[in-house]
Amino acid sequence: MEEKLEGILLRYRENEGNLISILQDLESEFGYLREDAITWFSDRLDVPLAKFYGVATFYAQFHLKPRGKNVITACCGTACHVKGSARLIDSLVKELVIPAGEDTSEDLRFTVEKVNCVGACSIAPVIIVNKTVHGKMTPDKLVKEMKTLKAGEQPQVQNAII
Amino acid sequence: MNKDISIRVCMGTGGIAAGGVAVMSTFEKALADAGLRATVEKNCSMHKVGCRGFCARDVLVDVAINGNKSTYQYIKPDMVERIVNEHIMGGAPVADWLVSDDYHTFHDKQVKVVLSDCGEVDPEDIDSYISRDGYEATKKVLLTMTPQETIEVIRASGLRGRGGAGFPTAVKWDMAIKAPGPKKYLICNADEGDPGAFMDRSVVEGNPHSVIEGMIIGAYAIGAPYGYVYIRAEYPLAVERLHLAIKQAKERGFLGKNILGKGFDFMIKVKLGAGAFVCGEETALIASIEGKRGQPRAKPPFPVQKGLWGYPTIINNVETLANVPYIMRKGAAWYAAMGTEKSKGTKVFALTGKILNSGLIEVPMGIPLKEIIYDIGGGIEGGRQLKAVQTGGPSGGCIPASMVDTPVDYESLGKVGSIMGSGGMVVLDETNCMVNMAKYFLEFTKSESCGKCVPCRVGTKRLLEILTRITEGKGRKGDIDLLETLSSDVKTSSLCGLGQTAPNPILSTIKYFRDEYEAHINEKRCPAGVCKDLLTYSIIEATCTGCTLCARVCPAGAITGEKKKPHVINQDLCIKCGACFEKCKFKSIKKG
Repeated sequence: MEEKLEGILLRYRENEGNLISILQDLESEFGYLREDAITWFSDRLDVPLAKFYGVATFYAQFHLKPRGKNVITACCGTACHVKGSARLIDSLVKELVIPAGEDTSEDLRFTVEKVNCVGACSIAPVIIVNKTVHGKMTPDKLVKEMKTLKAGEQPQVQNAII
Repeated sequence: MNKDISIRVCMGTGGIAAGGVAVMSTFEKALADAGLRATVEKNCSMHKVGCRGFCARDVLVDVAINGNKSTYQYIKPDMVERIVNEHIMGGAPVADWLVSDDYHTFHDKQVKVVLSDCGEVDPEDIDSYISRDGYEATKKVLLTMTPQETIEVIRASGLRGRGGAGFPTAVKWDMAIKAPGPKKYLICNADEGDPGAFMDRSVVEGNPHSVIEGMIIGAYAIGAPYGYVYIRAEYPLAVERLHLAIKQAKERGFLGKNILGKGFDFMIKVKLGAGAFVCGEETALIASIEGKRGQPRAKPPFPVQKGLWGYPTIINNVETLANVPYIMRKGAAWYAAMGTEKSKGTKVFALTGKILNSGLIEVPMGIPLKEIIYDIGGGIEGGRQLKAVQTGGPSGGCIPASMVDTPVDYESLGKVGSIMGSGGMVVLDETNCMVNMAKYFLEFTKSESCGKCVPCRVGTKRLLEILTRITEGKGRKGDIDLLETLSSDVKTSSLCGLGQTAPNPILSTIKYFRDEYEAHINEKRCPAGVCKDLLTYSIIEATCTGCTLCARVCPAGAITGEKKKPHVINQDLCIKCGACFEKCKFKSIKKG
């Protein structure tokens, strides 16, 4: 991990980056903000941990907990809302068994995140499944898509003996 | 076969979502198989183009042979072979798949300035931009004009900021040219946070060089050697195309040191937003570039006095900057001839919601709203009735159907209680609840509030609580007055534009749809049939055939009945999900 962090630090120094760009690189590298990685930067840059957390908790892009292997993004922009995004989200939460108050399933396979506007309003409502944009989504089509996604997932090998 | 063949496939985010990538690659393969590429390589070109606006008809494909252009709509990969065989090889367009008259009526009342090259240039190829007079404006300005002369042209054009506030661009630049240098910054605000708006995304995806060129001219005018584009991370395609365009512009000498040998240095860096609506506000944006929490600060000092890192800074919206090269090339008089006396030029709108033809449009300022809705937009989908048009996003208001003659310009929209905003225009019909819309916008602004000032942090939360109570059937006498008083307090005392405009949707919907609020509060009824807690689903005994479909789909087990006998919904168990209403084939479920 140290090697990856050194790489990010180098990019930060070369590109006159700031705390946000470091956090963006960390999020992109590890999928979320690992506490040990933040602590490493805090030590190296002599910036208090609180400052990092102040920035990390301000912006919606950063996550302090691990995310699911599959990320399903539901657009909640005005056009999507007007075209029924709330019902799509209810379907997603039910189908993927997301616990109340959380955004990730307990087995860490799926994360459902709500974003404020993807900018594809003409094909509302929009659901993005692992970076593929799906427009004009309906609850029926969505449930089918989720069932395919669940089936395509390789089962975790428990207690593998190497 | 010396035909000059050009094929353009829409590859904006909407086009890609509709399958543009697959269509493009199918074309490439079909052309290669037909031997066309091999024999006529130079003359047969495939281009990715950006958004031409009519997203509802994606994938849109233009096929031009020897200059004769045909436009196809709704193209899927399995349709490509026939187009290649019959049209490209055989010379006869596939008539059934061409756009029909309504495609043209969508465009007839539009006037494209900012979008004039979107859908024509390849956004990933600077030469494509240059072939359409790209960077001519830069040469004209840098080689023959002074910075002050440049500002005077912008002043004469009447260009106003397109981010929402409509501040005269020349006045802003004039303050900057007078500010002490040499360190000054020009920032392009591409944080487009309004939900329902995708104008800026389309411009950056479809014609990034127009924005870069606008920045070069602006930076020259104000004397700024450093530029930033602050762009949402949620727009990955736009970010990618922007990086590429900057690289290409630098390679050709339009960015960097001593541009065109005039001793003018200017370089642009890209900064990604991290998901905070408030960072569209200029002082919050500056804080974000500085790596801090995106919290606004009091103004004055304004950014032009003390901005990024304490230096004079000008922030302009993408659309404002994209207008600049066209104004400099074609002249201020040309631009000022469009629009109204106080609102010159054109405006790009994202027309969405319950409208038949949804997409991106550009219209002259002052066009009556009804021409946008009915002529360009094609009217309301599903044969329903227009209820209201929401403009200005979470900072704006709604214009009821009765006022659809309102001209669309800064002053007229302000008079009816809304704002121009950045360009989001959401069309609502009778199945939309206006109280629910106000609640939706407050959910947004409350969660995006930065938390720094009490009026906004606490005010939006309380406003949302009151609205939520009302939509849940717990509205109380006096709630409407309370909403109005609290809204007024939040507007007057919030630190920045977010708090100052967050109550607008509430005030606007109360003004024009007070009866809906009263129905929710006094009668515990939602006239539009949207607020779940105020709905009752019941089975119409007279028409129910007892097919049992509703009982089978009910997730709460609330429906009972014998086969072929009328069924009954147990209101104590019903969770109002609406599944039975959706599935009933005999229109026997009543919602109300």
